Amino acid sequence: MSTVNLTPAPRADEPAMPLFREEHDALRDSARSFVEREIAPNVEAWERDGSFPRELFASAGAAGFLGLKFDAEVEGSGPDLLAQAVWVEELARSLSGGVAADLGASTDLAAVYIDRAGTADQRAALLPALLRGERLGSLAITEPDAGSDVAAITTRARRNGDGWRLNGTKVFITGAARSDDIVVAAKVSADDGAPSDDPHGQLTLFHVRADDDGFSRRRLPMMGWRTSFTGEVTFEEVRLDDDRRLGEVGSGFGHITAAFAWERLAMSLGAVAAAERTLEVGIAHARDREAFGRPIATFQVWRHRFADLHTRIRTARALTYQALRLVVAQAEGDPDIDDTQVVRTVGMAKLLTQRLAFDVADECVQVHGGAGYMMEYPIQRAWRDARVGPIGGGTDQIMKEIIAKTYGL
Amino acid sequence: MRTTPFTAEHDALRASIRRFVEDELAPHARQWEDDGWIADWVWPRMGELGLLGLSVPEEYGGQGGDYWSTVVLAEELTRCGSGSLPMAIGVQTDMATPPILQFGTEQQKQDYLVPAMQGTKIASIGISEPDAGSDVRAIRTRARPDGDGWVINGSKTYITNGVRADFVTMVVRTAEADPGDPWGGISLFLIDTDLPGFEVAAKLDKVGMRASDTALLHLEDVPVPGDALLGTVHEGFKQIMWQLQGERLIGAIGGVAGAWRTWETALAYTREREAFGRPIAGFQVTRHTLVDLATEIEAAQALVYEACDAWNRGEYDVERVAMCKLIAAQLAFKVADTSMQLHGGYGYSREFDVERNWRDSRLARIGGGADEVQREIISKLMGL
Repeated sequence: MSTVNLTPAPRADEPAMPLFREEHDALRDSARSFVEREIAPNVEAWERDGSFPRELFASAGAAGFLGLKFDAEVEGSGPDLLAQAVWVEELARSLSGGVAADLGASTDLAAVYIDRAGTADQRAALLPALLRGERLGSLAITEPDAGSDVAAITTRARRNGDGWRLNGTKVFITGAARSDDIVVAAKVSADDGAPSDDPHGQLTLFHVRADDDGFSRRRLPMMGWRTSFTGEVTFEEVRLDDDRRLGEVGSGFGHITAAFAWERLAMSLGAVAAAERTLEVGIAHARDREAFGRPIATFQVWRHRFADLHTRIRTARALTYQALRLVVAQAEGDPDIDDTQVVRTVGMAKLLTQRLAFDVADECVQVHGGAGYMMEYPIQRAWRDARVGPIGGGTDQIMKEIIAKTYGL
Repeated sequence: MRTTPFTAEHDALRASIRRFVEDELAPHARQWEDDGWIADWVWPRMGELGLLGLSVPEEYGGQGGDYWSTVVLAEELTRCGSGSLPMAIGVQTDMATPPILQFGTEQQKQDYLVPAMQGTKIASIGISEPDAGSDVRAIRTRARPDGDGWVINGSKTYITNGVRADFVTMVVRTAEADPGDPWGGISLFLIDTDLPGFEVAAKLDKVGMRASDTALLHLEDVPVPGDALLGTVHEGFKQIMWQLQGERLIGAIGGVAGAWRTWETALAYTREREAFGRPIAGFQVTRHTLVDLATEIEAAQALVYEACDAWNRGEYDVERVAMCKLIAAQLAFKVADTSMQLHGGYGYSREFDVERNWRDSRLARIGGGADEVQREIISKLMGL
């Protein structure tokens, strides 16, 4: 009897701001099944071991997931930032922050820097092995006394004949306790060729190999990300030929700044996907668990709390996708995109999503009740892992300072 | 890759609407607030400019534009210095009249939609009653068949534009509730307010939105012709659920745009106002407060634009619209409240617009389905 037409007019056939294409949907399917097959079933065991097999890099590489944002000339399949975004999201759904972090450190950090700063020879020599997952990369910027304040870095590279000698210590370096290729930010003095005495103008990137003499490291035990080989690395008179320098002397700060956008965006994409998966786990438990004669998911307060979290996740994803659009448009050379807009929107996405992922995990621990506090339930891992989000990649407070600057504040 | 839904045409439209709002509306906002009444000329003037039917096909007095044109209007109207005006116009353009275009006969479109687009007839939407709001099935206003037409009895309340409306798009029960068909027995009518037995029982006094006239309506044996039925008899529940999507979405657009206006005002004030020897924007806590709000507004806008894009393409995503309504309403008030805090004593003073905005924005969390109703919708659609 109903003849009501529920279609509003007028129509437009195409989305105003299309994002993913058909090939990305296909990639998402294969990435999801890879994660469900190769990672998810092992996460609990790896977590107990505090490790995951190095072979996972090779299998992800063989499946093509590590080369999505790189050129064919270095054995990548891109560059396709949207494809990389899909992989980051699907990897995060494994709910192993440690696995995602170490895989990301190699491809989204170390390889990105080499690709950006390296010469054609350096890229050809280093990137294919990283993208095949045969070698592992990490990025060493943070120091015991210098995090987001990169100007305070004390690691130094001094001229040594035709090459360099590197001294210093880096901490909280994701993946560095077992990586093979480490990209290091060090200061070079004006006497050694830095273009200025300004601390930013002294920063220079170098490539260090784990088997270089004078290189040492130790793994850092962490509250979360327990499968990650995050570590401290020390350089003691490490001798480097000049072909280990990545980019011009003094160009490091520019490379670091330029790479931040992708790093923060990748963190945002991962946090939203992890939050979504965490909420699924929390809701599944709430449906299962009965109290006072009915599943706790049916209590109105929990239904509304889940509705709020779901709304926040969808909102955060919308913002993150807008940041992704801006980053892609900028990479395409769109003249209408200014850097302020990119820095601001990416910073906002990073700020909003990291806190969200933790809030979602905290609520899902809550809905688990006592079980939420037990190590035998996986929800505590999501909670521990998510807590690093508002710290790593620039703390929430740093993000706010960065965003404030874009408004002239 | 496109990073904005707006084209050069939309930008041009925005510029001309902004000029109109700043030149012709904003200078009167204070007066309208004091009068508790938006001047009557606003409707025909906006109709003359074509602003009441931006997304309506030209054959019905509209401009034939896409939904983004309506988005531009809703965003720009937040610059008029009154929450009441965007609400009153929103009722005219996006709440009371879309069901006529969607469900109406050709004659109804000519008789109601065309003059509404011209601003020569003022429209209201009549859903809430003294004892039924979002629980639409509980409405008691009743139409009984009478010859070729109907006789209607009942009350409607919180009716925006209701004191001056020429017609009300009204939700009315046409058959007793049937447990076998819980959504049936309700119909929509286009009811002329000059019919005998139709009475504006009260102009309601409100804490905010004071320039907007809000009515309690009584209908006593109002004789309504058969052709006043809008759409399909007994199918009104589904029709009004469709209507509510457009209503909530336009509310969310206005909520986000209003939040930006409020935020910009707060930003400007904190840069100017000095305390302890420097502008208060120079204090880190103030900076971070402003950034937190900007982040939330930007995110809400991204979600609302996704929903607008879907709506523009004919998609009907009830969950996302409810999310937009929920976050935009909460955010608009939160930003207004924070702005009051940043303005200090000036924020609390009637001399400035901050307190008016604070009072106005509070309505969004109640009207169009309260926050709690949106959460019920969202959780149901989540399968909870």
